[in-house]
Amino acid sequence: MRPSDLSPISDAQAALLATHLGRRALLGAGGMAAGVMAMPLSALAQAAPGGAGDAEITVDQARTAPIPIVIPVLGGDAGQQVSSVISGDLGNCGLFTPIDAALPVGVPDFGTYKSLGARALVSGTATTGAGGLRVEFRLWDVLTGQQIQGTAYTAGAGDARKIAHIIADVIYERLLGEKGYFNSRIAYIARSGPRAHQTTRLAIMDQDGANSHYLSGGQWLTLTPRFSPVSEQLAFMSYANNRPRVYVLSLATGRQQLLGDFDGISFAPRFAPDGRTVVMSVTRGGGSDIYTVDLASRAKRQLTSSGAIDTSPCFSPDGSQIVFNSDRGGSPQLYIMSAGGGGAKRISYGNGTYGSPVWSPRGDLIAFTRIANGSFSLGVMAPDGTGERILTQGFTVDTPTFCPNGRVLAFCRQTAAGAGGAGFSSSIGTIDITGFHERSIPAVGMSSDPAWSPLNG
Amino acid sequence: MRLKLLGALGMAVFLAACSDDTNKGATTGTGAAAQSTGVTPGSEADLVANVGDRVFFELNKNNLSSEAQATLDRQAAWLAKYPQVTVQLAGNCDDRGTEEYNIALGERRANAARDYLVAKGVAASRITTISYGKDRPTATGDSEESWAQNRNSITSVR
Repeated sequence: MRPSDLSPISDAQAALLATHLGRRALLGAGGMAAGVMAMPLSALAQAAPGGAGDAEITVDQARTAPIPIVIPVLGGDAGQQVSSVISGDLGNCGLFTPIDAALPVGVPDFGTYKSLGARALVSGTATTGAGGLRVEFRLWDVLTGQQIQGTAYTAGAGDARKIAHIIADVIYERLLGEKGYFNSRIAYIARSGPRAHQTTRLAIMDQDGANSHYLSGGQWLTLTPRFSPVSEQLAFMSYANNRPRVYVLSLATGRQQLLGDFDGISFAPRFAPDGRTVVMSVTRGGGSDIYTVDLASRAKRQLTSSGAIDTSPCFSPDGSQIVFNSDRGGSPQLYIMSAGGGGAKRISYGNGTYGSPVWSPRGDLIAFTRIANGSFSLGVMAPDGTGERILTQGFTVDTPTFCPNGRVLAFCRQTAAGAGGAGFSSSIGTIDITGFHERSIPAVGMSSDPAWSPLNG
Repeated sequence: MRLKLLGALGMAVFLAACSDDTNKGATTGTGAAAQSTGVTPGSEADLVANVGDRVFFELNKNNLSSEAQATLDRQAAWLAKYPQVTVQLAGNCDDRGTEEYNIALGERRANAARDYLVAKGVAASRITTISYGKDRPTATGDSEESWAQNRNSITSVR
């Protein structure tokens, strides 16, 4: 690394980073599985052997008929917290209906839970002791009376929320047959101050809005954080020293480096699926070109040179194609080209203009922003442009980002401002890719530019 | 339509909308007012008061209107008079586009103004450009009038 690659970080910013990174390390919330151990629990004496009850309900079925699941307050001093996080995750995703009932002692009396209409039941304890936190968790099929899962987790005393998210993911996967997404984070931009000149800070939180904290000071305009799919790194755009450019921040060390050496403004970064390169756009004359920059060698490769605005590039999950936004045809539309550049083909043909495309990790959908008649919509379409569906609308809805299993989108919603900026708000919402279950994440204050992390390790 | 409105009512609308603003841009003008005195010649204040520091664009466009060209002609003449001055052109957009596209669109606008000044004899080395996309609106209400003001390129002395 050359010294010039380091962007200046003020002492105050450095202190801020050190504080948060230190805290993350202490909490073991840095996304590394290190610190959490999982061991199978032996079957209870009278319980039928486990293994039964593998997913019989699909996500599509659960959307229309959420799975009733009893989540009692677990035993032990941390039981309340663990149960409340599990209930929050499962209830908020819209595919489960948490039911509060008494914690069973030993083998549950399934008749009681059946009469509540429950399909599944959680039991266990969460206890802090000298060795840290131990959570014993069992998942039961109420209809068959069989244990579906039994696991003991041990971790640091501060890891209760993390273990609860891991358990919620296990429940999701065992009952729906797909990986969950609750043990994940969202990077975003925290906003404050007057509408005309907002202070923007890089920030990060758990996907449920907990543990929110800043990753940068507010000295420079900072936009569009993007997670590496494979490492603890964020790419983002900063106006540091009044030169708007793309940087990469290591969440492990707090080190921030300029990425790429360009004359123009570099912006709209996204990591390739292998995490080795970042694709971005760079202004030139009246337009912008798409480049990739290799993180290790810093070698750059120009993929487009249309003279128009080519921006918002995003790789397909298999790395073979790139969807991007271009006004080469006269208005901003979505195009797909090969990952090496070339063969660009327009895929958006609805009324209005399009932007902010992002490819689902499942590969089958591209989410986008559409603007028509002065109003914004958020939608999805197949990569060949067919099957367009609008999920939600608003004055401004932009910057969609997929959760790790591709079932939910987070996005930024902003309201119109009156004179002097009164009434302006900016928040992060989530919505199921079928358009169901829209809600907002209770982030701290005004927020925008969400970027969902991969599953925490 | 939007530009016509600005042309006819521009100053009145602009001043009215700016009355409750606090940012620096809000105290600037188009330079159409009578010659101001008491400002340092060749300064930012001189540019704002006596030349006009900004030009406006139509929705999703970067064409320079005749009014914009007249403002830039005055800027070119002013820059010829003060050859030591260097300027930054900052392109801005209304908030009716996506965040990333608007960064490029703002730069396209600043670039259009820069190219015009260069064609009028201003050395390219005296001009830098930047774009704030939709993140530094001059007028903070959401209305056709505000959006027309926010689609601009603002010249400032560096």
